[in-house]
Amino acid sequence: MAEPVPFRGGGFAPRAKRGVGLVVFVLLIAFLEWGTRAGLISALTLPRPSDVLAEFGALYRSGRLWDNLLPSLQRLAVGATFGVTAGILVGFVIGLFSYARAGLVPLVAALFPIPKIALLPLFVIWFGIDEASKYALIAFGTFTPTVVATHGAVDNVDRTLIRMGQSFGLSWFSIVRKIVLPGAMPGILSGLRISLAIAIILLVAAEMLGAQTGIGAYILEAGSLYDLERLFAGVTILSVLGVTVSFIITRIERRLLRWRN
Amino acid sequence: MQLSLNGVGHVYGGTDVLSDITLDIPGGRILCIVGPSGCGKSTLLRLIGGLERPARGQILQTGTPPEGCLNPLTYVFQDFALLPWRSVEGNVRLVLEDHRLGADAVERIVADVLARTRLSDFRTALPRQLSGGMKQRVAIARALAVNPAVMLMDEPLSALDAQTRELLMDDLVTLWTRSPFTAVYVTHNLAEAVRLGHRIVVLSRRPGRISEVVDIDMPLDARRADDPDLARHQQRLWGVMRDAARAADAELLNG
Repeated sequence: MAEPVPFRGGGFAPRAKRGVGLVVFVLLIAFLEWGTRAGLISALTLPRPSDVLAEFGALYRSGRLWDNLLPSLQRLAVGATFGVTAGILVGFVIGLFSYARAGLVPLVAALFPIPKIALLPLFVIWFGIDEASKYALIAFGTFTPTVVATHGAVDNVDRTLIRMGQSFGLSWFSIVRKIVLPGAMPGILSGLRISLAIAIILLVAAEMLGAQTGIGAYILEAGSLYDLERLFAGVTILSVLGVTVSFIITRIERRLLRWRN
Repeated sequence: MQLSLNGVGHVYGGTDVLSDITLDIPGGRILCIVGPSGCGKSTLLRLIGGLERPARGQILQTGTPPEGCLNPLTYVFQDFALLPWRSVEGNVRLVLEDHRLGADAVERIVADVLARTRLSDFRTALPRQLSGGMKQRVAIARALAVNPAVMLMDEPLSALDAQTRELLMDDLVTLWTRSPFTAVYVTHNLAEAVRLGHRIVVLSRRPGRISEVVDIDMPLDARRADDPDLARHQQRLWGVMRDAARAADAELLNG
């Protein structure tokens, strides 16, 4: 009796499935809405999603949304810009010069595991209670992961391409700019994803410890009043912020890394 | 411009890989270096082009490079070494950008070398879109763009399949026949050596020494894959190399 050969080659090949992520969100929220209405989930455990939405609408109409969001975005932008720029520069220096590598790699390894939030009081002493200490905290927090990602990416640039550049008599600066920088770009961008997620975490932490405005301050205030609707409205804003940042990096990757597949 | 090697030897971590290589590289001809794997033939090529310093002996260049030569000693690599983020044209331009040639001159050179390697229709393609044979033609176009005095070819066809290799050999013969260039061509493939080499140098097993030099006078464009004279040369070279190749095969790596 003839049978078809059984197929064994399926799976292990992730494919893009459009809309599935959205369906998961919608189902989860619908379940919470139903659960809170049916009394399955008490109002003290989780707020009703529609109430959170209403709270968000009130926040938007009162103008307090922008009062809190804009300072947060500014802190994030300024702090992360400083931290990432310095991190990429130092990462390149470590990747390109042996002395810098020998001297700085242990230093970075020593700084990396410090929970940066523990240094906030120090930064307040150094830079004052105002914006500068928050910038410094976010900058420092994004600096170390960016350094590690960048110098790893520079190390991973194909040596044969660098030899090729040398064999054609390209200048040192040309090799760095035209071979090392684009070659390291994939690693730098995936490092950027981690750095910016850390930046958002530190932003909220800094705002919780000492700020009048900002998403972190808003969440802290809601939490101390046990106002769960407002707390969740704040948390949702953070979540959206994170998704937006990730989306922007994906766009940058698509643009800069078109040469990969 | 001529290159001559004088008693060149090289050491990697205490192991002799090359020993007492004395050799003249004649202008306008292709010199093939063959030998069993691990005999140091690629190392020799890196020494000739100045990518590594020889431990012993010296490599001398006499005479001046030809007019308009931007990079006298130019490599063609086994793995192509194309920048994946640059188009075909961009990869050729890369080696011209540091020379302040002016837009017109660069455009003229790019158009010329792409036409010579039959790549004019693929100017804007990225390396990932090209077959292996086309990638190597881009690398050859890039090498031609700097108008080298000596082309240093490190197993340029070894990463390609047999059919593509055959086609690319024809391309190289056509290029050479149209305007003869000087080349040092390293390969482990004897068929390539007898098809492309005016002179074939056989290296012995590690430490590599010159064990045989063969001149083949037949013009390149008259050589066919099934030519009996070439087959005889190939057989003879294989006779010289066989025992060394077998011994090399039985050796532990880095042993």
